[in-house]
Amino acid sequence: MKERLQQLQQEALDKIAQASDLKALNEVRVAYLGKKGPITEVLRGMGALSPEERPVMGALVNEVREAIQTALEAKQAKLEQEEVEKKLAAEAIDVTLPGRAVRRGNHHPLTRVIEEIEDLFIGMGYTIAEGPEVEKDYYNFEALNLPKGHPARDMQDSFYITEEILLRTHTSPVQARTMEKHQGRGPVKIICPGKVYRRDNDDATHSHQFTQIEGLVVDENIRMSDLKGTLREFARKMFGADREIRFRPSFFPFTEPSVEVDVSCFNCGGHGCNVCKGTGWIEILGAGMVHPNVLEMAGFDSKKYTGFAFGMGPERIAMLKYGIDDIRHFYQNDVRFLQQFNRV
Amino acid sequence: MFVSYKWLQEYVDLTGITAKELADRITKSGIEVESVEVLNKGAQGVVIGHVVEREPHPNADKLSKCLVDIGEGEPVQIICGAPNVAQGQKVAVAKVGAVLPGNFKIKRAKLRGEESNGMICSLQELGIESKLVPKEYADGIFVFPSDAAVGADALELLNLDDEVLELGLTPNRADCLSMIGVAYEVAAILGRGVKLPAVELRENGENVRDYISVRVDAQNDNPLYAGRIVKNVKIGPSPLWMQARLMAAGIRPHNNVVDITNYILLEYGQPLHAFDYDRLGSKEILVRRAKAGETIVTLDDVERTLTEEHLVITNGAEPVALAGVMGGANSEVQNDTTTVFIESAYFASPVIRQAVKDHGLRSEASTRFEKGIDPARTKEALDRAAALMAEYAGGEVAGGVVEVNTWQPKEVVVTITLDRINQVLGTAITKDEVANILTNLQFAFTEDNGTFTITVPSRRRDIAIEEDIIEEVARLYGYDNLPATLPIAEATPGKLTPYQAKRRKVRRYLEDAGLLQAITYSLTNEAKAPMFALEAAAPIRLALPMSEERSVLRQSLVPHLLEAASYNRARQVENVALYETGSVYLASGEHELPNEKERLAGVLTGVWHAHLWQGEKKAVDFYVVKGILDGLFALLGLEKRIEYKQAKREHLHPGRTADILLDGKTIGFVGQLHPVVQKEFDLKETYVFELALADVLNADVEEIRYAAIPRFPSIARDIALVVDEHVVAGDVQKAIVAAGGELLKDVAIFDVYKGDRLPEGKKSIAFALRYYDPERTLTDEEVTAVHEQVIKAVEQQFGATLRG
Ligand SMILES: [Zn+2]
Repeated sequence: MKERLQQLQQEALDKIAQASDLKALNEVRVAYLGKKGPITEVLRGMGALSPEERPVMGALVNEVREAIQTALEAKQAKLEQEEVEKKLAAEAIDVTLPGRAVRRGNHHPLTRVIEEIEDLFIGMGYTIAEGPEVEKDYYNFEALNLPKGHPARDMQDSFYITEEILLRTHTSPVQARTMEKHQGRGPVKIICPGKVYRRDNDDATHSHQFTQIEGLVVDENIRMSDLKGTLREFARKMFGADREIRFRPSFFPFTEPSVEVDVSCFNCGGHGCNVCKGTGWIEILGAGMVHPNVLEMAGFDSKKYTGFAFGMGPERIAMLKYGIDDIRHFYQNDVRFLQQFNRV
Repeated sequence: MFVSYKWLQEYVDLTGITAKELADRITKSGIEVESVEVLNKGAQGVVIGHVVEREPHPNADKLSKCLVDIGEGEPVQIICGAPNVAQGQKVAVAKVGAVLPGNFKIKRAKLRGEESNGMICSLQELGIESKLVPKEYADGIFVFPSDAAVGADALELLNLDDEVLELGLTPNRADCLSMIGVAYEVAAILGRGVKLPAVELRENGENVRDYISVRVDAQNDNPLYAGRIVKNVKIGPSPLWMQARLMAAGIRPHNNVVDITNYILLEYGQPLHAFDYDRLGSKEILVRRAKAGETIVTLDDVERTLTEEHLVITNGAEPVALAGVMGGANSEVQNDTTTVFIESAYFASPVIRQAVKDHGLRSEASTRFEKGIDPARTKEALDRAAALMAEYAGGEVAGGVVEVNTWQPKEVVVTITLDRINQVLGTAITKDEVANILTNLQFAFTEDNGTFTITVPSRRRDIAIEEDIIEEVARLYGYDNLPATLPIAEATPGKLTPYQAKRRKVRRYLEDAGLLQAITYSLTNEAKAPMFALEAAAPIRLALPMSEERSVLRQSLVPHLLEAASYNRARQVENVALYETGSVYLASGEHELPNEKERLAGVLTGVWHAHLWQGEKKAVDFYVVKGILDGLFALLGLEKRIEYKQAKREHLHPGRTADILLDGKTIGFVGQLHPVVQKEFDLKETYVFELALADVLNADVEEIRYAAIPRFPSIARDIALVVDEHVVAGDVQKAIVAAGGELLKDVAIFDVYKGDRLPEGKKSIAFALRYYDPERTLTDEEVTAVHEQVIKAVEQQFGATLRG
């Protein structure tokens, strides 16, 4: 009997090992552990044993059962896992196929530059002032120390609508209007971005419509050194921490003294390259101390108040920053151009 | 202004400073030197040769065979192609081994079988611009004065070993439109003195008044008029050095008399005019405004019709010059001229500017008058011109000057304290440093306890107030020495206005929704200006447009966005989605500024979304655009206050256009482009929208307030309603919402059907309704009661039936 049990166990374990799927395994289970299986049969035959032999034999039967059961479970787990793996293998996809694209648009490059500059100055306590693009001659010229017949009016050939109304040639009239609103009391601290217009033929470097950003600070005790410090701060935030700036004397009717402001070349760091035309410096801004006539016309006491103003061209900055070679790109709205500014 | 480095040395000691260094110093102190040009452009080895013999080339009609003495032993044979080469001439010879501009090396050559040992040069070949070469040598070689020494360096004789600084002058620095003015500037920068030209004038025993008298009838235009008579002049070439200096300054030499007037113009900044005295036709000069319709033929042989706004020099009867701009042909100095009347005058700039503008004539003279000359130099310049004519044209100067002088020099005195200078600049400049700068500028001043009282010389018309002095001090002190500080002031909060902040969010939303930001021109043509305008307005036209295409201000952003779409389509970019924020300009009366209103507009065409390998491809349609706008209104918290109303608008599809209303007021539109317009712009199916941005951004919106998250389940009910095909879904939905009351949480349309399975003229719209009570779980009976009210309402209002 004992031999019979041992033989059965060996047979069952062999069949379990051979079972290649869950169905075959189940057949093994039914065949050996089922009610009509050989082990049950052995149990039935136990009645013929002596009382001393019975518990010994009973223990042996259980041992065999457990051994078969354990083998069955282990094999079952293995087969199940194989089955899952097979199924998943069949579900494989080609991960290299393109994803469902999310359509994205983006800022115009000029907006990109303008917002960056705005945010920079907002961080320094400035607010953004806007004003009309169609402007009175008074605000565009006269309030800025450019009376009728002033020779510098030649410098900015303008689009007039009537004798007194024109398309603004710079964003400076917004400064004049803002100062006027302050009724002679400081501080004024503004950035004025916007579109401006001049009678130029459109070509690679000229556009009859373009944008400008100007800044104005008026308060008691504003010094020209403050202008230098402010613009240096701006240049470093905009073009890199190790930028330097340099002032060159210049002339604008609405500032005195007036300067052109160069920033050390962000491309070569000042050694000279084709971006800076070998000079190491790039002219970025015009600036100066607000002319006393301008302060007085806007209602500020020029003995008590001083101020500085500066202006720059987002087109120029964008052209330098991104290497754009033709100003007309900004206004043609070629999708293949605009889309190039679609990332950080 | 072109400044010859060598010429400048006559007025300022430039020892130890190269032209390049000088240019840097000038630029740093305020006048931009745009270029420094070496005149010889690398040429070398060009000497004076004497043409000993000249005969025709045996094998070529147009060539000459010359024997030229170049001071190196036997004369050499040179073949020359210039028509004017002749025996006896002194000419410029580029020897074998010489280099001409452009790195052109001269080699021994055979020309049509004849040996040529060098080249006889024209001025152009030596690097001088054609327009500057004296007319008689324009088409041939240049002939040097007969006293030029054989073998001498021709480039040096032509002053081509010089360097020229080109100054880019701002309008305030007209004082530097003269060599003497530049000399003062350079002297101030270098801290060296100025040597003014010595005028040694010898007059004969005659009295100028016996020749001519002067009257000025327009003293505001002409505060000072002075003249001299020089007789017995012999017209001929001016000395070579003078011609060379003129050419270096960009002026073409003519003859000795004219060259001298131009030379003085460059030296003093004082324009002069030389009249042929015998051709004046009278013994008087009358300066007056022109009579309307009066004419003059100017030196360029153009007849010009004048108005009362122009100033003329007359002989008492008729004009002989357009004052300050150009002389008349009738009194021009010619080869037979023997007596010259030299005019040196101060004309006020407005009258000159008018003439320049009206006649399109800008000359070296008019430019200086326009910008303002120094009248204190007017008479000295006259004397110097007369002296030079005596010296270089063999003339005799009659005694005295005829003049009308009503000019009253205004003494400009500026008082400023050292403290003020330092306060404005943020510097700590000392009293001595300021004094030193003023001394170098040659400004007369006194100083008392830190207060400077400065008398500004008349040559510096740009200086009148404290700030002008501060600028002079700053630029000569050096901006590099200016410290960098930040304003000491109370901190101001920097931020965007709510409008600006929202506008940025709107832009970002549209970009994230898939649109590219465009920026288009504000100026358009008359036809496009009013297209798509939300509000009708009269066109605003430029007084003087540059082209018809850019002559009128736009009233809508849509036309130029369509142009952009069209531009892209012409370049095979078919799928375009652009938006723009910008102003439109609505006229509000002739003397008023127009109403400028900010708009938001977009254009969408082509494929909106494609994911081809999974079979997805969606073209832009009305609902794509509407969906984007819905999202925008939701972003701004306005979705419940917005309504779309079927509308008809010019240039848009009559069946596929909606007006957009906010709180019942039209604030924009969205629609498909009318096929006719679509064709005009060469586009395919295209959708556009435009919104009055300010109305949208300025609408008051409540702050966000938290609402409890649903705790109880909601109950969903779907209904499909059959209605007349003209009934619009929006109206039915509104009725459902009204009837559903508080319990109806939301309504969504999930199907619209029209076709065979419904009677003709009918359609079905399916709605998904969701009922919810925040306080409790609704029972089926409660929901059914409300739901039946909803069905009743749509039955009554639209004759709707439930679809079986
Ligand atoms: Zn560089």
